[in-house]
Amino acid sequence: MASVDLAQTPVRQLNATLHALPADTNETLWNVRNPGGKHAIGVGLDVPVTVEIHGHVGYYCAGMNQKAHVVVRGNAGVGVAENMMSGSVRVEGNASQAAGATGRGGLLVIEGNASARCGISMKGIDIVVKGSIGPMSAFMAQAGNLVVLGDAGDSLGDSIYEARLFIRGAVKSLGADCIKKPLEPADRVILKDVLARAGLSDAARPEEFCLFSSARKLYHFHVDNVGEY
Amino acid sequence: MRSTAEAISSRIKLTVRLTDQVADISQLVQEIETAFALPAEIIVRDTHAVLSIPAAAEPEIRSWIEKTRGDIRIVGEGRRMELYKEVGRPESVARQFGLAQMRGTHAIGHTRMATESSVTTDGAHPFSTGLDQCLVHNGSLSNHNDVRRKLRHEGLRFETDNDSEVAAGYLTWRMSEGASLKQALEASLKDLDGFYTFVVGTENGFAVLRDPIACKPAVMAETRDYVAFGSEYRALAGLPDIESAHVFEPEPATVYAWERH
Repeated sequence: MASVDLAQTPVRQLNATLHALPADTNETLWNVRNPGGKHAIGVGLDVPVTVEIHGHVGYYCAGMNQKAHVVVRGNAGVGVAENMMSGSVRVEGNASQAAGATGRGGLLVIEGNASARCGISMKGIDIVVKGSIGPMSAFMAQAGNLVVLGDAGDSLGDSIYEARLFIRGAVKSLGADCIKKPLEPADRVILKDVLARAGLSDAARPEEFCLFSSARKLYHFHVDNVGEY
Repeated sequence: MRSTAEAISSRIKLTVRLTDQVADISQLVQEIETAFALPAEIIVRDTHAVLSIPAAAEPEIRSWIEKTRGDIRIVGEGRRMELYKEVGRPESVARQFGLAQMRGTHAIGHTRMATESSVTTDGAHPFSTGLDQCLVHNGSLSNHNDVRRKLRHEGLRFETDNDSEVAAGYLTWRMSEGASLKQALEASLKDLDGFYTFVVGTENGFAVLRDPIACKPAVMAETRDYVAFGSEYRALAGLPDIESAHVFEPEPATVYAWERH
Protein backbone atom coordinates (compact mmCIF):
# COMPACT_ATOMS: atom_id res chain seq x y z
CA MET A 1 0.00 0.00 0.00
CA ALA A 2 1.42 3.35 -1.06
CA SER A 3 0.82 6.49 0.94
CA VAL A 4 1.20 10.11 -0.15
CA ASP A 5 0.98 13.13 2.16
CA LEU A 6 -0.12 16.20 0.22
CA ALA A 7 1.09 18.42 3.05
CA GLN A 8 4.59 17.33 1.91
CA THR A 9 4.20 16.22 -1.71
CA PRO A 10 2.94 18.53 -4.50
CA VAL A 11 -0.23 17.41 -6.31
CA ARG A 12 1.68 17.38 -9.61
CA GLN A 13 4.12 14.85 -8.19
CA LEU A 14 1.31 12.62 -6.93
CA ASN A 15 -0.44 12.75 -10.30
CA ALA A 16 2.78 12.12 -12.23
CA THR A 17 3.50 9.10 -10.03
CA LEU A 18 0.03 7.69 -10.64
CA HIS A 19 0.28 8.37 -14.39
CA ALA A 20 3.58 6.48 -14.53
CA LEU A 21 2.08 3.27 -13.11
CA PRO A 22 2.02 0.36 -15.56
CA ALA A 23 -1.35 -1.26 -16.25
CA ASP A 24 -0.32 -4.40 -14.34
CA THR A 25 1.08 -2.59 -11.29
CA ASN A 26 1.04 -4.38 -7.97
CA GLU A 27 0.65 -1.08 -6.13
CA THR A 28 -3.12 -1.12 -6.42
CA LEU A 29 -4.05 0.82 -3.25
CA TRP A 30 -2.99 4.41 -2.72
CA ASN A 31 -3.77 6.45 0.37
CA VAL A 32 -3.66 10.21 -0.01
CA ARG A 33 -3.65 12.33 3.14
CA ASN A 34 -4.03 16.06 3.86
CA PRO A 35 -5.68 16.98 0.55
CA GLY A 36 -6.67 20.35 2.10
CA GLY A 37 -9.07 21.23 -0.71
CA LYS A 38 -6.30 21.20 -3.34
CA HIS A 39 -7.32 21.11 -6.99
CA ALA A 40 -6.95 18.40 -9.65
CA ILE A 41 -6.06 15.56 -7.28
CA GLY A 42 -6.00 12.23 -9.10
CA VAL A 43 -6.80 13.68 -12.51
CA GLY A 44 -6.25 11.64 -15.67
CA LEU A 45 -5.76 8.24 -14.07
CA ASP A 46 -5.62 5.40 -16.57
CA VAL A 47 -4.86 2.23 -14.57
CA PRO A 48 -7.10 0.01 -12.42
CA VAL A 49 -5.86 1.17 -9.00
CA THR A 50 -7.79 2.41 -5.97
CA VAL A 51 -6.98 5.88 -4.67
CA GLU A 52 -8.42 6.78 -1.27
CA ILE A 53 -8.25 10.47 -0.40
CA HIS A 54 -8.70 11.24 3.29
CA GLY A 55 -10.23 14.72 3.57
CA HIS A 56 -11.82 17.41 1.40
CA VAL A 57 -10.70 17.88 -2.21
CA GLY A 58 -10.85 20.97 -4.46
CA TYR A 59 -11.79 21.34 -8.11
CA TYR A 60 -11.84 18.59 -10.75
CA CYS A 61 -10.81 15.73 -8.50
CA ALA A 62 -10.56 12.46 -10.50
CA GLY A 63 -11.36 14.29 -13.73
CA MET A 64 -11.06 12.30 -16.97
CA ASN A 65 -10.79 9.11 -14.92
CA GLN A 66 -10.37 5.81 -16.75
CA LYS A 67 -10.34 2.43 -15.00
CA ALA A 68 -9.32 3.76 -11.57
CA HIS A 69 -11.45 3.77 -8.43
CA VAL A 70 -11.21 6.99 -6.48
CA VAL A 71 -12.75 7.41 -3.02
CA VAL A 72 -13.00 10.84 -1.39
CA ARG A 73 -13.47 10.58 2.37
CA GLY A 74 -14.74 14.14 2.57
CA ASN A 75 -16.36 16.78 0.36
CA ALA A 76 -15.47 17.43 -3.26
CA GLY A 77 -15.17 20.81 -5.00
CA VAL A 78 -16.40 21.86 -8.44
CA GLY A 79 -16.39 19.29 -11.25
CA VAL A 80 -15.57 16.08 -9.39
CA ALA A 81 -15.16 13.19 -11.88
CA GLU A 82 -15.59 15.61 -14.75
CA ASN A 83 -15.47 13.83 -18.10
CA MET A 84 -15.02 10.40 -16.50
CA MET A 85 -14.62 7.63 -19.11
CA SER A 86 -14.72 4.50 -16.93
CA GLY A 87 -13.94 3.25 -13.43
CA SER A 88 -15.61 4.80 -10.40
CA VAL A 89 -15.53 7.78 -8.09
CA ARG A 90 -17.17 7.78 -4.68
CA VAL A 91 -17.58 10.94 -2.58
CA GLU A 92 -18.49 10.20 1.03
CA GLY A 93 -19.43 13.82 1.77
CA ASN A 94 -21.07 16.47 -0.42
CA ALA A 95 -20.09 17.45 -3.94
CA SER A 96 -19.98 21.00 -5.30
CA GLN A 97 -21.28 22.16 -8.67
CA ALA A 98 -21.01 20.25 -11.94
CA ALA A 99 -20.32 16.85 -10.39
CA GLY A 100 -19.84 14.29 -13.16
CA ALA A 101 -20.06 16.95 -15.87
CA THR A 102 -19.73 15.64 -19.45
CA GLY A 103 -18.95 12.13 -18.13
CA ARG A 104 -18.93 9.45 -20.80
CA GLY A 105 -18.80 6.34 -18.64
CA GLY A 106 -18.07 4.90 -15.24
CA LEU A 107 -19.94 5.35 -11.99
CA LEU A 108 -20.00 8.43 -9.74
CA VAL A 109 -21.55 7.95 -6.30
CA ILE A 110 -22.12 10.91 -3.98
CA GLU A 111 -23.20 9.87 -0.52
CA GLY A 112 -24.15 13.40 0.58
CA ASN A 113 -25.72 16.11 -1.56
CA ALA A 114 -24.60 17.48 -4.91
CA SER A 115 -25.10 21.17 -5.65
CA ALA A 116 -26.02 22.93 -8.89
CA ARG A 117 -25.54 21.47 -12.37
CA CYS A 118 -24.91 17.91 -11.26
CA GLY A 119 -24.50 15.80 -14.42
CA ILE A 120 -24.44 18.78 -16.77
CA SER A 121 -23.99 17.54 -20.36
CA MET A 122 -23.60 13.94 -19.14
CA LYS A 123 -22.83 11.63 -22.04
CA GLY A 124 -23.13 8.09 -20.70
CA ILE A 125 -21.92 8.27 -17.08
CA ASP A 126 -24.03 6.81 -14.26
CA ILE A 127 -24.39 9.20 -11.32
CA VAL A 128 -25.99 8.18 -8.02
CA VAL A 129 -26.64 10.79 -5.35
CA LYS A 130 -27.79 9.53 -1.98
CA GLY A 131 -28.89 13.00 -0.87
CA SER A 132 -30.34 15.77 -3.03
CA ILE A 133 -29.15 17.65 -6.10
CA GLY A 134 -29.13 21.40 -6.74
CA PRO A 135 -30.70 23.51 -9.49
CA MET A 136 -30.06 23.07 -13.22
CA SER A 137 -28.90 19.49 -12.86
CA ALA A 138 -28.60 17.31 -15.97
CA PHE A 139 -28.66 20.43 -18.15
CA MET A 140 -28.32 19.30 -21.80
CA ALA A 141 -27.84 15.71 -20.65
CA GLN A 142 -27.22 13.38 -23.59
CA ALA A 143 -26.88 9.83 -22.25
CA GLY A 144 -26.50 7.85 -19.03
CA ASN A 145 -28.43 7.61 -15.78
CA LEU A 146 -28.77 10.12 -12.96
CA VAL A 147 -30.24 8.49 -9.85
CA VAL A 148 -31.19 10.72 -6.90
CA LEU A 149 -32.49 9.28 -3.64
CA GLY A 150 -33.41 12.75 -2.33
CA ASP A 151 -34.86 15.80 -4.08
CA ALA A 152 -33.97 17.74 -7.22
CA GLY A 153 -33.71 21.55 -7.45
CA ASP A 154 -35.09 23.94 -10.06
CA SER A 155 -34.98 23.33 -13.81
CA LEU A 156 -34.13 19.65 -13.73
CA GLY A 157 -33.02 18.35 -17.13
CA ASP A 158 -33.28 21.64 -18.99
CA SER A 159 -32.80 21.11 -22.75
CA ILE A 160 -32.17 17.42 -22.19
CA TYR A 161 -31.42 15.33 -25.31
CA GLU A 162 -31.57 11.84 -23.82
CA ALA A 163 -30.43 10.26 -20.50
CA ARG A 164 -32.68 8.95 -17.74
CA LEU A 165 -33.21 10.96 -14.57
CA PHE A 166 -34.54 8.79 -11.72
CA ILE A 167 -35.66 10.95 -8.78
CA ARG A 168 -37.06 9.48 -5.56
CA GLY A 169 -37.97 12.72 -3.80
CA ALA A 170 -39.56 15.98 -4.91
CA VAL A 171 -38.60 17.87 -8.06
CA LYS A 172 -38.77 21.61 -7.55
CA SER A 173 -39.31 22.32 -11.25
CA LEU A 174 -38.54 20.80 -14.64
CA GLY A 175 -36.47 22.55 -17.30
CA ALA A 176 -37.47 23.01 -20.93
CA ASP A 177 -38.35 19.77 -22.75
CA CYS A 178 -37.88 17.57 -19.66
CA ILE A 179 -40.99 15.57 -18.75
CA LYS A 180 -42.09 12.84 -16.39
CA LYS A 181 -42.40 9.46 -18.08
CA PRO A 182 -43.84 6.14 -16.92
CA LEU A 183 -41.31 3.85 -15.25
CA GLU A 184 -41.37 0.87 -17.61
CA PRO A 185 -40.03 -2.58 -16.64
CA ALA A 186 -36.94 -2.02 -18.82
CA ASP A 187 -36.20 1.22 -16.93
CA ARG A 188 -36.53 -0.60 -13.59
CA VAL A 189 -33.96 -3.16 -14.71
CA ILE A 190 -31.52 -0.37 -15.57
CA LEU A 191 -32.22 1.45 -12.27
CA LYS A 192 -31.87 -1.73 -10.22
CA ASP A 193 -28.49 -2.42 -11.82
CA VAL A 194 -27.20 1.13 -11.16
CA LEU A 195 -28.36 0.99 -7.51
CA ALA A 196 -26.67 -2.40 -7.09
CA ARG A 197 -23.39 -1.14 -8.55
CA ALA A 198 -23.56 1.86 -6.20
CA GLY A 199 -24.04 -0.52 -3.25
CA LEU A 200 -27.45 0.98 -2.51
CA SER A 201 -29.79 -1.93 -3.24
CA ASP A 202 -30.96 -1.87 0.37
CA ALA A 203 -31.28 1.92 0.54
CA ALA A 204 -33.94 2.30 -2.14
CA ARG A 205 -36.29 0.23 -4.31
CA PRO A 206 -36.70 1.02 -8.03
CA GLU A 207 -40.48 1.48 -7.77
CA GLU A 208 -40.00 4.42 -5.38
CA PHE A 209 -38.54 6.56 -8.18
CA CYS A 210 -40.06 8.73 -10.86
CA LEU A 211 -38.47 8.84 -14.30
CA PHE A 212 -37.82 12.11 -16.09
CA SER A 213 -36.51 12.32 -19.61
CA SER A 214 -36.66 14.20 -22.88
CA ALA A 215 -39.95 15.13 -24.56
CA ARG A 216 -37.84 15.44 -27.74
CA LYS A 217 -39.72 18.58 -28.74
CA LEU A 218 -36.57 20.66 -29.14
CA TYR A 219 -34.73 18.23 -31.41
CA HIS A 220 -35.85 20.13 -34.49
CA PHE A 221 -36.46 23.83 -34.61
CA HIS A 222 -40.11 24.78 -34.49
CA VAL A 223 -41.07 28.40 -34.28
CA ASP A 224 -43.65 27.68 -31.55
CA ASN A 225 -40.76 26.63 -29.26
CA VAL A 226 -38.61 29.68 -29.89
CA GLY A 227 -39.06 30.81 -26.30
CA GLU A 228 -37.63 27.54 -24.98
CA TYR A 229 -34.20 27.87 -26.60
CA MET B 1 -19.29 49.47 29.29
CA ARG B 2 -21.74 52.23 28.50
CA SER B 3 -19.11 54.96 28.52
CA THR B 4 -16.82 52.85 26.31
CA ALA B 5 -19.64 52.22 23.86
CA GLU B 6 -20.46 55.91 23.76
CA ALA B 7 -16.83 56.81 23.31
CA ILE B 8 -16.63 54.46 20.34
CA SER B 9 -19.87 55.62 18.79
CA SER B 10 -18.93 59.31 19.12
CA ARG B 11 -15.80 58.80 17.04
CA ILE B 12 -15.43 57.59 13.50
CA LYS B 13 -12.58 56.01 11.59
CA LEU B 14 -11.76 57.15 8.07
CA THR B 15 -9.47 54.79 6.22
CA VAL B 16 -7.49 56.84 3.73
CA ARG B 17 -5.06 55.77 1.05
CA LEU B 18 -2.09 57.75 -0.23
CA THR B 19 -2.20 57.84 -4.00
CA ASP B 20 1.19 59.59 -4.16
CA GLN B 21 3.93 57.55 -2.49
CA VAL B 22 6.04 60.61 -1.66
CA ALA B 23 3.26 62.43 0.19
CA ASP B 24 3.70 62.73 3.94
CA ILE B 25 0.69 61.45 5.83
CA SER B 26 2.04 62.26 9.28
CA GLN B 27 1.25 65.95 8.71
CA LEU B 28 -2.43 65.15 8.24
CA VAL B 29 -3.32 64.99 11.92
CA GLN B 30 -1.79 68.38 12.70
CA GLU B 31 -3.46 69.88 9.63
CA ILE B 32 -6.86 68.58 10.73
CA GLU B 33 -6.37 69.61 14.37
CA THR B 34 -5.36 73.11 13.24
CA ALA B 35 -8.14 73.48 10.68
CA PHE B 36 -10.94 72.13 12.88
CA ALA B 37 -9.67 72.58 16.45
CA LEU B 38 -10.50 68.92 17.09
CA PRO B 39 -8.57 65.99 18.51
CA ALA B 40 -7.60 63.55 15.76
CA GLU B 41 -5.57 60.35 15.87
CA ILE B 42 -3.84 58.50 13.12
CA ILE B 43 -2.44 55.01 12.66
CA VAL B 44 -0.29 54.68 9.55
CA ARG B 45 -0.04 51.28 7.85
CA ASP B 46 2.16 51.46 4.79
CA THR B 47 0.19 53.30 2.05
CA HIS B 48 -2.92 53.53 4.22
CA ALA B 49 -3.81 55.39 7.38
CA VAL B 50 -6.72 55.15 9.75
CA LEU B 51 -7.84 58.54 10.93
CA SER B 52 -9.94 58.67 14.08
CA ILE B 53 -12.09 61.82 14.33
CA PRO B 54 -15.23 62.94 16.17
CA ALA B 55 -18.24 61.57 14.27
CA ALA B 56 -19.99 64.94 14.23
CA ALA B 57 -17.12 66.50 12.28
CA GLU B 58 -16.93 63.74 9.67
CA PRO B 59 -18.78 65.52 6.82
CA GLU B 60 -16.64 68.65 7.14
CA ILE B 61 -13.37 66.77 7.39
CA ARG B 62 -14.30 64.52 4.51
CA SER B 63 -15.05 67.43 2.21
CA TRP B 64 -11.90 69.23 3.39
CA ILE B 65 -9.78 66.18 2.51
CA GLU B 66 -11.48 65.82 -0.85
CA LYS B 67 -10.96 69.50 -1.69
CA THR B 68 -7.45 70.09 -0.37
CA ARG B 69 -5.71 66.72 -0.43
CA GLY B 70 -5.78 65.38 -3.98
CA ASP B 71 -3.10 62.88 -2.94
CA ILE B 72 -5.37 61.15 -0.42
CA ARG B 73 -8.37 58.99 -1.19
CA ILE B 74 -10.96 58.02 1.42
CA VAL B 75 -11.57 54.28 0.95
CA GLY B 76 -13.82 53.47 3.89
CA GLU B 77 -15.47 54.82 6.97
CA GLY B 78 -16.98 53.31 10.04
CA ARG B 79 -17.00 53.12 13.78
CA ARG B 80 -15.08 49.86 13.61
CA MET B 81 -14.31 48.85 10.04
CA GLU B 82 -10.98 49.56 8.38
CA LEU B 83 -10.32 48.92 4.72
CA TYR B 84 -7.02 48.19 2.95
CA LYS B 85 -6.34 47.57 -0.73
CA GLU B 86 -3.17 47.41 -2.76
CA VAL B 87 -1.73 45.85 -5.91
CA GLY B 88 0.69 42.97 -5.39
CA ARG B 89 0.95 39.36 -4.42
CA PRO B 90 -1.49 38.54 -1.59
CA GLU B 91 1.23 37.51 0.86
CA SER B 92 3.24 40.69 0.31
CA VAL B 93 0.16 42.93 0.56
CA ALA B 94 -0.80 41.15 3.79
CA ARG B 95 2.73 41.72 5.14
CA GLN B 96 2.72 45.38 4.06
CA PHE B 97 -0.37 46.11 6.14
CA GLY B 98 0.56 43.82 9.02
CA LEU B 99 -2.69 41.85 8.70
CA ALA B 100 -1.33 39.07 10.92
CA GLN B 101 -1.16 41.47 13.87
CA MET B 102 -4.73 42.76 13.47
CA ARG B 103 -7.46 41.60 15.80
CA GLY B 104 -11.22 41.80 15.36
CA THR B 105 -14.54 40.02 15.20
CA HIS B 106 -14.70 39.56 11.44
CA ALA B 107 -12.70 40.16 8.30
CA ILE B 108 -13.18 39.98 4.54
CA GLY B 109 -10.40 39.46 2.04
CA HIS B 110 -10.44 39.48 -1.74
CA THR B 111 -7.91 38.83 -4.49
CA ARG B 112 -8.98 40.32 -7.77
CA MET B 113 -8.49 38.91 -11.24
CA ALA B 114 -9.56 41.91 -13.31
CA THR B 115 -12.00 41.36 -16.15
CA GLU B 116 -14.07 44.53 -16.40
CA SER B 117 -11.55 47.29 -15.66
CA SER B 118 -7.81 47.73 -15.24
CA VAL B 119 -5.56 46.35 -12.51
CA THR B 120 -5.20 49.35 -10.23
CA THR B 121 -5.45 49.91 -6.50
CA ASP B 122 -8.67 51.85 -7.13
CA GLY B 123 -10.14 48.79 -8.83
CA ALA B 124 -9.22 46.53 -5.91
CA HIS B 125 -11.88 45.31 -3.53
CA PRO B 126 -13.50 45.82 -1.07
CA PHE B 127 -15.60 48.80 -2.08
CA SER B 128 -17.15 50.79 0.71
CA THR B 129 -20.92 50.77 0.63
CA GLY B 130 -21.47 53.12 3.55
CA LEU B 131 -20.69 53.41 7.22
CA ASP B 132 -19.14 50.16 8.48
CA GLN B 133 -20.05 48.43 5.23
CA CYS B 134 -18.01 47.06 2.38
CA LEU B 135 -18.52 44.77 -0.56
CA VAL B 136 -16.43 42.22 -2.42
CA HIS B 137 -17.64 40.78 -5.69
CA ASN B 138 -16.73 37.74 -7.75
CA GLY B 139 -18.22 37.93 -11.22
CA SER B 140 -19.02 40.56 -13.79
CA LEU B 141 -22.04 42.79 -14.20
CA SER B 142 -23.34 43.39 -17.71
CA ASN B 143 -25.53 46.45 -17.01
CA HIS B 144 -23.14 48.40 -14.79
CA ASN B 145 -22.87 51.39 -17.15
CA ASP B 146 -26.62 51.81 -17.17
CA VAL B 147 -26.92 51.41 -13.39
CA ARG B 148 -23.97 53.78 -12.80
CA ARG B 149 -25.67 56.45 -14.94
CA LYS B 150 -28.92 56.09 -13.00
CA LEU B 151 -27.12 56.20 -9.66
CA ARG B 152 -25.22 59.35 -10.72
CA HIS B 153 -28.61 60.97 -11.30
CA GLU B 154 -29.41 60.01 -7.70
CA GLY B 155 -26.32 61.91 -6.58
CA LEU B 156 -23.87 59.03 -6.07
CA ARG B 157 -20.25 59.45 -7.04
CA PHE B 158 -18.03 56.80 -8.61
CA GLU B 159 -14.24 56.77 -8.63
CA THR B 160 -13.66 54.08 -11.27
CA ASP B 161 -15.15 52.30 -14.31
CA ASN B 162 -15.34 49.17 -12.20
CA ASP B 163 -18.56 47.12 -12.22
CA SER B 164 -18.17 46.05 -8.58
CA GLU B 165 -18.07 49.66 -7.44
CA VAL B 166 -21.49 50.05 -9.09
CA ALA B 167 -22.81 47.12 -7.05
CA ALA B 168 -21.48 48.76 -3.89
CA GLY B 169 -23.01 52.10 -4.89
CA TYR B 170 -26.31 50.41 -5.66
CA LEU B 171 -26.52 48.88 -2.18
CA THR B 172 -25.51 52.20 -0.57
CA TRP B 173 -28.27 53.95 -2.50
CA ARG B 174 -30.91 51.36 -1.61
CA MET B 175 -30.02 51.54 2.06
CA SER B 176 -30.00 55.35 2.00
CA GLU B 177 -33.58 55.07 0.70
CA GLY B 178 -34.48 53.10 3.80
CA ALA B 179 -33.90 49.48 2.79
CA SER B 180 -32.23 47.06 5.18
CA LEU B 181 -29.10 45.29 3.93
CA LYS B 182 -31.20 42.19 3.26
CA GLN B 183 -33.82 44.19 1.34
CA ALA B 184 -31.11 46.00 -0.64
CA LEU B 185 -29.52 42.69 -1.65
CA GLU B 186 -32.91 41.25 -2.59
CA ALA B 187 -33.61 44.30 -4.77
CA SER B 188 -30.23 43.84 -6.49
CA LEU B 189 -31.46 40.50 -7.83
CA LYS B 190 -33.85 42.46 -10.01
CA ASP B 191 -31.71 45.48 -10.90
CA LEU B 192 -28.21 44.06 -11.38
CA ASP B 193 -27.69 41.84 -14.41
CA GLY B 194 -24.74 39.51 -14.70
CA PHE B 195 -22.76 37.00 -12.71
CA TYR B 196 -21.98 37.58 -9.10
CA THR B 197 -21.32 36.32 -5.69
CA PHE B 198 -21.43 39.28 -3.31
CA VAL B 199 -20.10 39.33 0.22
CA VAL B 200 -21.04 42.41 2.23
CA GLY B 201 -19.33 43.14 5.53
CA THR B 202 -21.28 45.07 8.13
CA GLU B 203 -20.52 46.44 11.59
CA ASN B 204 -21.68 43.28 13.32
CA GLY B 205 -21.69 40.60 10.65
CA PHE B 206 -21.74 39.80 6.98
CA ALA B 207 -24.12 38.83 4.20
CA VAL B 208 -23.75 36.62 1.11
CA LEU B 209 -25.73 36.64 -2.13
CA ARG B 210 -25.27 34.56 -5.29
CA ASP B 211 -26.89 35.34 -8.63
CA PRO B 212 -29.98 33.32 -9.67
CA ILE B 213 -27.98 30.68 -11.57
CA ALA B 214 -25.15 30.50 -8.99
CA CYS B 215 -22.63 31.17 -11.71
CA LYS B 216 -19.77 31.86 -9.31
CA PRO B 217 -18.68 29.35 -6.70
CA ALA B 218 -19.22 29.88 -2.98
CA VAL B 219 -18.78 27.72 0.08
CA MET B 220 -19.57 28.31 3.74
CA ALA B 221 -18.30 26.69 6.91
CA GLU B 222 -20.07 26.95 10.22
CA THR B 223 -18.92 25.79 13.65
CA ARG B 224 -20.00 26.68 17.19
CA ASP B 225 -17.32 29.36 17.22
CA TYR B 226 -17.35 30.95 13.77
CA VAL B 227 -18.88 31.17 10.34
CA ALA B 228 -16.64 31.50 7.30
CA PHE B 229 -17.14 32.12 3.61
CA GLY B 230 -14.82 31.40 0.68
CA SER B 231 -14.97 31.09 -3.09
CA GLU B 232 -13.77 27.56 -2.56
CA TYR B 233 -12.94 25.19 0.27
CA ARG B 234 -9.21 25.71 -0.31
CA ALA B 235 -9.57 29.16 1.27
CA LEU B 236 -11.09 27.63 4.41
CA ALA B 237 -8.79 24.61 4.71
CA GLY B 238 -6.49 26.27 7.24
CA LEU B 239 -9.22 27.30 9.69
CA PRO B 240 -9.24 25.80 13.19
CA ASP B 241 -11.51 22.79 13.61
CA ILE B 242 -12.48 22.94 9.92
CA GLU B 243 -12.63 19.14 9.69
CA SER B 244 -15.68 19.09 11.96
CA ALA B 245 -17.33 22.24 10.53
CA HIS B 246 -20.66 22.15 8.73
CA VAL B 247 -19.54 22.91 5.17
CA PHE B 248 -22.22 23.86 2.65
CA GLU B 249 -22.89 25.94 -0.46
CA PRO B 250 -25.28 28.90 -0.34
CA GLU B 251 -28.32 28.56 -2.61
CA PRO B 252 -28.68 30.87 -5.63
CA ALA B 253 -30.74 34.07 -5.29
CA THR B 254 -30.91 33.67 -1.51
CA VAL B 255 -29.61 36.23 0.96
CA TYR B 256 -27.63 34.75 3.84
CA ALA B 257 -26.82 37.06 6.72
CA TRP B 258 -24.95 36.46 9.96
CA GLU B 259 -24.92 38.91 12.83
CA ARG B 260 -23.20 39.10 16.19
CA HIS B 261 -25.32 40.40 19.02
